[in-house]
Order: sequence, then C-alpha cells, then structure tokens
Amino acid sequence: MDDALMMHRLHFAFTITFHYLFPQLTMGLAPLIVLLKTMYLRTNNHLYNRAARFWAKVFGISFLMGVVTGIPMEFQFGTNWARFARLTGGVIGQPLVMEGVFSFFLESAFLGLFLFGEKRLSKIGHWWAGFAVFMGSWLSGFFIVVTDAWMQHPVAFQRGADGSFQVTSFWGLLLNPWALIQYSHNMCGALITGTFVMAAVGAYYLLEDKFIEEGRAFLRVAVTVGVIACIVQIFPTGDLHGKMVGVYQPVALAAMEGLFKTQTGAPMVILGQPDAESERIDNPMMANKVLSYLLYGKTTATVKGLNEFPKEDWPTNIPLVFYTYHVMAGLGTIFVAVMAVSAFLLWRGVLYKSRWMLWIILCCLPFPHIANTAGWITAETGRQPWIVYGLMRTAVGYSKDVHAGNSLFTLIGFMGLYTILAILFLFLVYRVIAHGPLEETGAEVDSGTPITIA
Amino acid sequence: MLLAWYLLVAIMITGYVVLDGFDLGAGILHLFIARTDEERQMVIRTIGPVWDGNEVWLLAGGGTLYFAFPLLYASGFSGFYLPLMIVLWLLILRGIGVELRMHLDSPVWRGLFDGSFAFASLLLALFFGAALGNVLRGVPLGKDEYFFLPLWTNWRVGPEPGILDWYTVLSGAVALCALGLHGAYYVALKTSGDINARAKQAARRLWPTVVALTGASLAATLYIRPDLLDNYKRLPVLYVIPAVVAAALFNMWRADAKGHERAAFLSSCAYLIFMLVGAAAGVYPNLLTSTTDPALNITVYNAHSGSYALSTGLIWWTLGMAIAVGYFVFVYRMFRGKVTTTSRHGY
Repeated sequence: MDDALMMHRLHFAFTITFHYLFPQLTMGLAPLIVLLKTMYLRTNNHLYNRAARFWAKVFGISFLMGVVTGIPMEFQFGTNWARFARLTGGVIGQPLVMEGVFSFFLESAFLGLFLFGEKRLSKIGHWWAGFAVFMGSWLSGFFIVVTDAWMQHPVAFQRGADGSFQVTSFWGLLLNPWALIQYSHNMCGALITGTFVMAAVGAYYLLEDKFIEEGRAFLRVAVTVGVIACIVQIFPTGDLHGKMVGVYQPVALAAMEGLFKTQTGAPMVILGQPDAESERIDNPMMANKVLSYLLYGKTTATVKGLNEFPKEDWPTNIPLVFYTYHVMAGLGTIFVAVMAVSAFLLWRGVLYKSRWMLWIILCCLPFPHIANTAGWITAETGRQPWIVYGLMRTAVGYSKDVHAGNSLFTLIGFMGLYTILAILFLFLVYRVIAHGPLEETGAEVDSGTPITIA
Repeated sequence: MLLAWYLLVAIMITGYVVLDGFDLGAGILHLFIARTDEERQMVIRTIGPVWDGNEVWLLAGGGTLYFAFPLLYASGFSGFYLPLMIVLWLLILRGIGVELRMHLDSPVWRGLFDGSFAFASLLLALFFGAALGNVLRGVPLGKDEYFFLPLWTNWRVGPEPGILDWYTVLSGAVALCALGLHGAYYVALKTSGDINARAKQAARRLWPTVVALTGASLAATLYIRPDLLDNYKRLPVLYVIPAVVAAALFNMWRADAKGHERAAFLSSCAYLIFMLVGAAAGVYPNLLTSTTDPALNITVYNAHSGSYALSTGLIWWTLGMAIAVGYFVFVYRMFRGKVTTTSRHGY
C-alpha cells in the first residue's frame, strides 16, 4: 500500500473515530431526555424535570464537540478523497446536503430554545423543543448512515460515460435496505451508550451517597430502556446485519469470523489471533457448528471462507476486522447480561442497595463507546479494499495531488487539537457531574446565551 | 437548471458570509471593544444563540456544492488543501472559544477562550477573503482538472501562484475589514452603553478603510482579470450591482451618522451580498478558472451532476431550505432586541 493512500486512510479514520465518540452520546441521550420530559409532564414531579435539565447540560457539551469535529468530516470528502468525491457527488452528495438542510438547521435552531427557553416557553412548548432536538440528531444519523450504506451496498445509481455515479431514484437511495438495517443497529448502539452513561452516573451518586433521589431516577430510566436496547441490539438488528453482510459481503464476513477455509458446519471462533500470513487462527477457542447455525439456521450449512475469494479482494487488514468484530460482539453480550441482572434487581426493588451491582454498572461506563467504535471499524475495514463496494477501489479514491507529507502534517495537527478537545470535554463533563442535578431556577432566558451554557 | 444550481450555491455562500460574517466580525473586534469580563460576555451573548446555526450555512453550502458540482468540490477542496485544513482548525477554535468561556469562572481560562475566539475569527476572515481571491484569480489546473497550491510562492500573480500573493492578501484584507465593520454594526445593534459606543467608534474608523479597500480590490481584480467584465458588457443591466454596492457603502455611513443602527447593519448586509453577487455575475459560467489554459476551466457545464439528481434536488432542496429559513426567522424573533447585563453567569 503506498504512503499517500495509507496517510489519507489514517486521516479519515482518526478524525471520524474521534468525532463519533460525541454523536453516539448525544443521539443516545436525546430520546432519554425527551422521555424524562414526558415523565415530568405526566407526573408533574419536578424530579424528572431536574434530571432532564442535568442531562441537557451533558448533552450540550457533547453536542458542541460533535459540531466542531463534524465539520472536518464533510470537508474531507473533497480535500482528502477528491477522486472519490468527483465520481460520487451525484449520489451521496444528496444525503450529505439533506443532513445539513433537514437536520442541522433543525438542531441548531431548537437546541438554544431547549436549553434556555424553559421560562419563555410553555411546558408543552419546551417538550416540543426537546423533541425537535431529538428528531434533528436522529435524522442526522440517518443521512450519514444512508451515505455509508451506499458505499457498503451501492443501489439506485447508474454510471456516466466518465465513470461517475448518478442517482436514479431519490427514494431508492434513502430506503436502501442496507441503510435501514444498519441504521436500526447503529441507533440502538447509540441508545446503549446513552443508557450506560446515565446508569453509571446514577450508580456513582448512590455509591457516593449524594443526590440519592436523582441517582435512583437515572438508574430506573436507564436500566429500563437499556435492557430493551441491549437485547434489540443483538436480536433482531445485529442478527439481521450479520446475515446481510454474509449475503452481500461474504469475504468481509469470513474475515470477521477468521474463517480462512470454507467449512461445512463452521465453528464460531470466540477467541484467537488470526495469522493472515499462514492463514490460520492461533490459539483458537471455538464453539463448533455455531457459525453455520447463526447464519443459516442449520448446523450443517456451508460457510464460505476467505479461500473462495481472490486475495486482492480480501479486506486489507484481516486481524483488525476480526478483533474489532469480536470486541463489539463480546461487549454486546456482556451488556445484555449487565442490563438483565440490573433490570431483575430493579424489579425486585433491591438494585439501589446492591452495591456490587452499582460498582459493575459504574465500571461499564467506557465500554459502550468502545463497542460502538469497534463496530464501525469492523464495518469500514471490512469494506476494504473497496470505497464503493465491488465498484471502486479505495486506492483510486484519494486526492493524488495531496501528497503523503501534507496529509501527515494535517493529521498531526488534528491529533494535537483533538487531544485538547478531549481533555476539555472530560474536564467539563466531570464538573457537571460533580456539581450534580441541583434544584435551579432554570436558565434565564434572555436575548443571548451561548447554546451550551445551561 | 445549471444556472439555478449555480445561483443556489451562490445563495448558500452569500448566506454564510452575511450571517456568520457578523459572528466573525464580533470576534475580530471582541478584544478591542470589550474590556471587562462583563463586556466580553455581552459581546459573546450577542451571537451566542445564533452562531452555530449560522455556521450550518457553510456546511450546507459545501454539501450543495458537492452535490451539484462534484468536480469543482473535488478539485477545489483538494487543491486548496492546506488553507482549508487551517480553516477547519480555526472553526474549531472559534467554536470552543465562544461556547466554553462561560463554563469556567476563571480569568485565566476566560482569557484563553477570548483569545482563541478573537484570533480564530480574525484569521478566518482573512482566509475566506483570500479564498475568494484565489477563485477570482484562477489556479493552475492540470489536464486532469486537479491542482495543488502551496501556501505561498513568490507573492506574485504569475505562472506559479500560491494561495497567498499580493492580490489574494488584498482580498483577505477586504474581507477582514468588511466583516469587522459588519460585526461592529451588529454588536452596536444588539448592545447598549459603552460597548455600543465603542462598536460605533470602531465602525467609524473602519468605514473609510473598507471604502478604500473595496475600490482598490475592484481595480486590482479588473487589472488581473479584465475578462470578468465580459458578462457585464453583454448584459449591461448588471452594472446595477456595483451601483448597489456603492449605495450600500454610502448608506452605512449615513445611517450610522443618524443613529439608525438597524439601517446601518442592513446596509452592511446589502454591501456583502452585492459584492459577492457582483463576483458571481462576473465569473459565470466558470467555477474555477485555469491560469494555464482556458480550455481547462471548470465550468457549470463540465462539473455538474446528473440531471435526475439535479431536478429532484430542486424540489427537496427548496422545501428543506424554506423550512430552515422558517427556523431562522423564529429563532431571531425569539432572541430579538438588545442583550442586557442582568443575567446569571455560568452555572
């Protein structure tokens, strides 16, 4: 792989990975905040309003980080991936503009109102402002998934004489079956991040013996929603997603499972290290016939291995695809267990007193972020060596007039700047959590306050 | 239909310049017109609830360009790689400068955020102006329609241009002063008391500079690109545009002298709009001119997307932007009037 290609890939990989730490939290928290506001409307209990206000602060800081790190993503299609952009603008330009026009304007307009409009708006009006922010963030996620889904599974296009891709059906592109499955799996993943963060803060308060009432409310809401999200993440969304990869990207699936040779009654590798050079798994720990069953519902079904495909079509980094997939799937399984036990204890009325369980919930805090990131790395490195699956190789997509040195220069710049952003984010969110959900008179509404100050 | 999309892209860019222009202008003047912590907070509060929405115009404009003219997006963005990356960094610094200042009640942190806000706004205005200068001057497009410009070469407009040469630096200076003036009128409109007075004073100092630089950049543009007048000669009604620019400049000064804050700000909006309209009218149908061979120019005819995409796009794009403009009217009404000092700080 030549240097410039590697640099441009790292450039996008680094900036998108960092960026997506924030949207997954905002998209996960948004529906929970709307839920808290709904509970407040129905019960008139100020506890829920206080909780909503507290999470709105965390949401605001995360939203800001998502905004400032999101702009470089759109730019990079042109700056670093010019040859790709030139051929695909007629297709994926559409969801990218739609994101700006239909969701960013909505979000930016209503976030300020949601954070500061509480006094000026009626209770119902304030609920609607929160709902608009939720809609904006979830719509934005949809348009981005549509963009990625088209690269994974191109539909609704024709090629022009110059090789360019042109959309042939507006709805065909938006309702790409790949996009619908990927979107449900992805949004469920974001919801898991939101619920685990909320539950962990609740557990932290109970363990510290402060903000007891709020901590319990956080746990109650987060565990109830979280247990559903964790199950739906595996079945049906994860199951459907895996089967879809098996049908349309069998070589990616073989890499995810570390299946070098076609097998009847294929085992599922639970742990091991793929050795792409000698084409085997080192130190394997396997569950016999499970992979065949999961994919085709039969223990005797044949699963295609990497050996069925020409080597130039193999994902360029098989161990990475394998590891990230296993990290995602392994963590997803653990999340079900954690949430199921928590939900059981909650139902029995002992969760708040079970300190061991609160500790486990607290320690789970970073893992949904890791699982979501790993899942995306699986999807995108599994797609390699294609930038448009089966039609355009990544190696012919980058800007060839932007040399490796220039790309490295700006990559280093982003690394430095994002390190500062990460420190600021952790510091500010820590302050919000330490400060706690106090009874406040709500932010005063006035003719101007920056959007994230609440 | 290609003309329609050319106009839509132009509208998005103009919308961005007019709206985010006053945010940048407020940032440029921030350290000069606001001295105390309360005053600086006031300046931030004039743009606080709207800057993020204003910045969306840049994103949506970039997206529209990508969608309608992918060749231009690909060639232009990769060719202007280094300055665009610097712009991205500055946008990040500006965003956190505006938003995070009030999260931390410490003079040192606040100084840092104020500095980053002012520094980033100033350089952004310069770079945006220089970018427009590059588009007007043209770039050395290769046979494959790509190019790559270093940040500077010999500072001359010649066969080996850089992003920065005397002409584009002049464009940057126009943008810096014009947006500074735009911001001054905006801050004056949204504040009262000392800041209002200092903003007006800044406007009075900047106004003659803007007039001089506007004239100089017009002369310089016609000197290096006399062909930009071709469209004007073909369609003389276009000469209305420079007339409106002159009228807007004059009216800014007149309205300001009479104390009509809103009229001064609106005149500044008109000035920016018609400066850009004038450039767009001269450039059409070219999008990016080649300095090496006019046959290599990127034009609306060779850069556009398929006709299905563009015709369906007109429907959803218009619908979406109509809704978006509705939000803007709603939000600006909600936060209308002057900001006041009586407010809680941070939390």
